[in-house]
Amino acid sequence: MDFNLIGLIKAAVLNGTPLLFGTSGEILTQKSGNMNLGVEGLMYMGGAFGLAAAFIYGNAAGENANGAVAVLLALLAAFAAGVIGSLIFSFLTITLRANQNVTGLALTIFGTGVGQFVGELMRLKVGGNVSISNSLKDAFANPIFSEKIQSIPVVGPVLFSYNFFVYIGFAMAVAMAVILNKTRIGLQLRAVGESPATADAAGINVTRYKYIATVLGGGISAVGGMVYTMTIAGSVWSHNGLSGEGWVAVALVIFCLWKPVNALWGSVLFGALLILYLRLPLAFIPTQIYKVVPYIVTAIVLIMVSMRQRREDQPPAALGLAYFREER
Amino acid sequence: MEKVHAVEFKGITKRFGSNVANDNINLYLDKGVIMSLLGENGSGKTTLMNMLAGIYFPDEGEILIDGKPVAITSPKDAFDNKIGMIHQHFKLVDIFTATENIVLGLKDEKYDLKAATARVREICDRYGFDIDLNKKIYEMSVSEKQTVEIVKVLYRGADILILDEPTAVLTPQEIEKLFFVLRAMRQDGKAIILITHKLNEVLSVSDVVAVLRKGQHIATVRTAETDEQKLTEMMVGHAVKLDIDRLDPKDVKPRLSIKDLTCKDKEGVVKLDHASFVANGGEILGIAGIAGSGQKELLEAIAGLRKVDEGSILYTPDDAPAAELVGKTPMEIKEAGVALAFVPEDRLGMGLVGGMGMTENMMLRSWNKGKGIFVDRKAPEELAEKVYDFLEVVTPSIDYPVRKLSGGNVQKVLVGREIASEPSVLMSAYAVRGLDINTSYVIYNLMSAQKAKGVAVIFVGEDLDVLLELCDRILVLCGGKVSGVVDARTTSKDELGLLMTKVGGKEEN
Ligand SMILES: Nc1ncnc2c1ncn2[C@@H]1O[C@H](COP(=O)(O)OP(=O)(O)O)[C@@H](O)[C@H]1O
Ligand SMILES: [Mg+2]
Repeated sequence: MDFNLIGLIKAAVLNGTPLLFGTSGEILTQKSGNMNLGVEGLMYMGGAFGLAAAFIYGNAAGENANGAVAVLLALLAAFAAGVIGSLIFSFLTITLRANQNVTGLALTIFGTGVGQFVGELMRLKVGGNVSISNSLKDAFANPIFSEKIQSIPVVGPVLFSYNFFVYIGFAMAVAMAVILNKTRIGLQLRAVGESPATADAAGINVTRYKYIATVLGGGISAVGGMVYTMTIAGSVWSHNGLSGEGWVAVALVIFCLWKPVNALWGSVLFGALLILYLRLPLAFIPTQIYKVVPYIVTAIVLIMVSMRQRREDQPPAALGLAYFREER
Repeated sequence: MEKVHAVEFKGITKRFGSNVANDNINLYLDKGVIMSLLGENGSGKTTLMNMLAGIYFPDEGEILIDGKPVAITSPKDAFDNKIGMIHQHFKLVDIFTATENIVLGLKDEKYDLKAATARVREICDRYGFDIDLNKKIYEMSVSEKQTVEIVKVLYRGADILILDEPTAVLTPQEIEKLFFVLRAMRQDGKAIILITHKLNEVLSVSDVVAVLRKGQHIATVRTAETDEQKLTEMMVGHAVKLDIDRLDPKDVKPRLSIKDLTCKDKEGVVKLDHASFVANGGEILGIAGIAGSGQKELLEAIAGLRKVDEGSILYTPDDAPAAELVGKTPMEIKEAGVALAFVPEDRLGMGLVGGMGMTENMMLRSWNKGKGIFVDRKAPEELAEKVYDFLEVVTPSIDYPVRKLSGGNVQKVLVGREIASEPSVLMSAYAVRGLDINTSYVIYNLMSAQKAKGVAVIFVGEDLDVLLELCDRILVLCGGKVSGVVDARTTSKDELGLLMTKVGGKEEN
């Protein structure tokens, strides 16, 4: 295979988009001081329920199926699945103050199981591969710009050759950055994640902020799983298709230093790292080595950041800690 | 008709488990009055104030604001009633700027940090605060942080201000400035509650004094009609003697000989500059100096916690030949008998594990002594009992997490543990910071007892009166240099003050 840079960039952006959703959602969650290690489970649920929604709609509507409706339904189903999963997480960790790491890992196991169960159930029902019609597939995976724009040299393929989700993913991450850094809501959310006691004493409803950020974040992460299944996996269910996506997304949160702006390029970089073994195979390096590269890069960033000790690059100071006003 | 008070507590009781922190408290405060709230560590001062600030909710009783009963269930309710509290542990977001912290949580104005900064500036000008509003909190000194807290409360338009031990970590100059501000606020008709352990502050700034003891309100008296002795007796519940027994040193022999000790910080700034002196066994060597003159660096260097750039520390124990401490690990230095009871601003930050009880915290000091694979619980348990009895630590049990103890009690555990390790050099910094007066004297007398046993005591203190009464010799640091070593029995506060500001007490260079 000959090496093609524009091809690699395109593939990196496509493969990075599920990560962009997964990571942005988790950044939002962690900014509230909640460490949700259930991203893997949430993305699994998002993938399974998103596909299921498109599949059921496609079967019901038959010939008249409308691509835009299918995309919308898949989005909503995936988001709802993420909301429900992270609502359970929030109830356990915020209201009952259970340990976040343990609860998050449990959510990963639970979500992976539920996702695979739904996927297998569909597979049994249809007696083969769960898949949707080609026209619906195109609605998910085809570029949204016209051929003409796409054929502009370099700029066309690099900027205008992507599906719908790539663009809303970017828009979502930019919006999140603006909200976090430029609005009162963002200031208050960051205060909750840095020092809930301070936020509380300032009259901010800590519980509400934690719930909303965690639940919205969970929904956004789950959409990432759906995007993966519907675009990269070709709208076909495969049992272990999503495995590892969620963990890479969690690593990417750290790599991005909890900043959605960094997720914009970080997700593309990690997207590239994920597919490097296909695009730039070197015979003497086994695929497994390629697969650990994102984690190694994250570890290096962590080391560099802790050496530089810049306060703004540190995780939210109260990350992982439950808050109880009368506790001291 | 009854007079309407700015704040009134009626029959307030608050329990934590079986621990009664406030017991049927009746207390009131009027506008334009500064009230000092006095009480030993753990007597329930912070708890009572936290109920006004919406952090805790009373189990029994009611709170009246301007004569009307109110339910303060959250800090937000407290603002709505124009109550503002400056907590013992600052409530600030470290990575935010001053302005961001000040406007945090406010909803009724447009989110515009520039405009907010201008409004905050106005308040600062009115009360004479000098502060960079765009500076991040983590870059600020303790006193700057406190200023931010005060401005934050004023910005919210508080009429009732609570300050929980605001002076514990300030220098005398900063305290004067704070009191100036408090008097200005009193002039503005605000009701102010000040918690402090320093009786001279109580007497100088407040109009009335309320005393708590073991969760009960003992009395409220006019400041003009009372004195240190009476207040202390009300706090403690029995007659106390506010003197330090200073014995004449016996068996004085050099224990630590320090020569040309030089330390630099991470940025390469010289913090300790060729310091040379001798600390003798059987003597208390006081260390005085303006905050940040190298006190911390000196103690840390001796304890092996800080890299020494130059110089030597020669240690001569009773039963072994002299040894060089520079280059040894903190553990080796500890084993050799040099103990550091460092009481930093954050008591839990250094040397204690908040989630553990007293026994386990004692164990942290001795775990490596035991033989075999199991830790020995018996000895630390006895030690914990001893510290508990001797220093009168207020805790439900010696296994109660120390994090839940009141600040001063945490400190007793820390100091008690270091003394109990029977060191031959005992260093302490700010050992009585935040401790009530009775406990402070217990600590002073402990130090004297150590000295009588032949220990070389190095005592870094802030209160010059105490240094003069307690120590045998006083070493004064100024800008990292040894400015002078004087005899505590013959020197004066003026001489110390001069040495603190100028090396050698004369015009510099
Ligand atoms: N959040 C809490 N949980 C458990 N015990 C507490 C808590 N807050 C205070 N206490 C207990 O209440 C008592 C009074 O403490 P505090 O009000 O902090 O004393 P002070 O401020 O007078 O030193 C102490 O025995 C302390 O251990
Ligand atoms: Mg207190």
